[in-house]
Amino acid sequence: MLSDADRRILRQLQADPALSTADLAERAGTTPATCARRIERLRASGILKGQHAVVHWPALGYHVEVSLRITLDKTQRNAFDEFLDAARDIPEVVEMQTFLGRVDVRLSVLARDMAHYQTLYRSRILTLPHINDIEALMLLSSIKTGQGLPL
Amino acid sequence: MIDLDATDRSILAALEKDATQSAGALGRHLGLGQSSVWRRIRRLEQAGVLVGRRLSLDPEALGFGVTVFLGVKLATRGRVSLEDFERAVSAIPEVQTVQHVLGLYDYRLRVVARDLADFERVLRRRIMTLPGVGDVEANVLLSEERRPGPLG
Repeated sequence: MLSDADRRILRQLQADPALSTADLAERAGTTPATCARRIERLRASGILKGQHAVVHWPALGYHVEVSLRITLDKTQRNAFDEFLDAARDIPEVVEMQTFLGRVDVRLSVLARDMAHYQTLYRSRILTLPHINDIEALMLLSSIKTGQGLPL
Repeated sequence: MIDLDATDRSILAALEKDATQSAGALGRHLGLGQSSVWRRIRRLEQAGVLVGRRLSLDPEALGFGVTVFLGVKLATRGRVSLEDFERAVSAIPEVQTVQHVLGLYDYRLRVVARDLADFERVLRRRIMTLPGVGDVEANVLLSEERRPGPLG
């Protein structure tokens, strides 16, 4: 369903999303017109969902990022939905994932410093509903980012 | 570190949602001139706040049906070189992100695979053979949501 040309375009676009259609076409080895048409088709079919600006939070004073691995009390009906709804109200939560495994939910939480994190943790995180257990992993450094797919 | 006003925050939030919007379109939406939006975006880039774009693709439509988060503990902490481990794990194409963390595990990995059988192949042949790898915990991603962050 996906042609080699589509793959080449996506690979190049993934490496540099800000590329102009002309530059993208050249790198992917197609003409600008073909490139534009294929991108439009990838967008229409939902394969290419969009582009998002990446914010570097430390530049805004958020120097602490913590990954919270949470298990929920599954005897409670709607534990997942109620937990996620409440977590959505915390502005410092930048990512939420649900899992099949030992961990039920993971939150990425930003804080200005450790004192701010401690305040957030006590007043906003521990008060979230249906928590059974929490483990925290503090981010020291990001070695590989980008989340590109191996196309 | 730069101070943001409400307009800067609106611009950041709008670009987080859709980075392809032009300064003109953003300006019309926010009731600002194109050049004023453009100047603000430039300032946010120069201050290191806006650092690029991320492409959002539908992994399943592209044949990647499984995403797994791995917690990895190094077996021989202190004796194995962190650099060697980081270099080797970053070179695996299926590994999308690598984070050095403090806590129960030493590293967090995000791994994508075609299906569970393909994931098992990646885990056995590429992850478990990494230098110094010890205890590994896998959690299969079911759903994911990104939030705009503290811009309000």
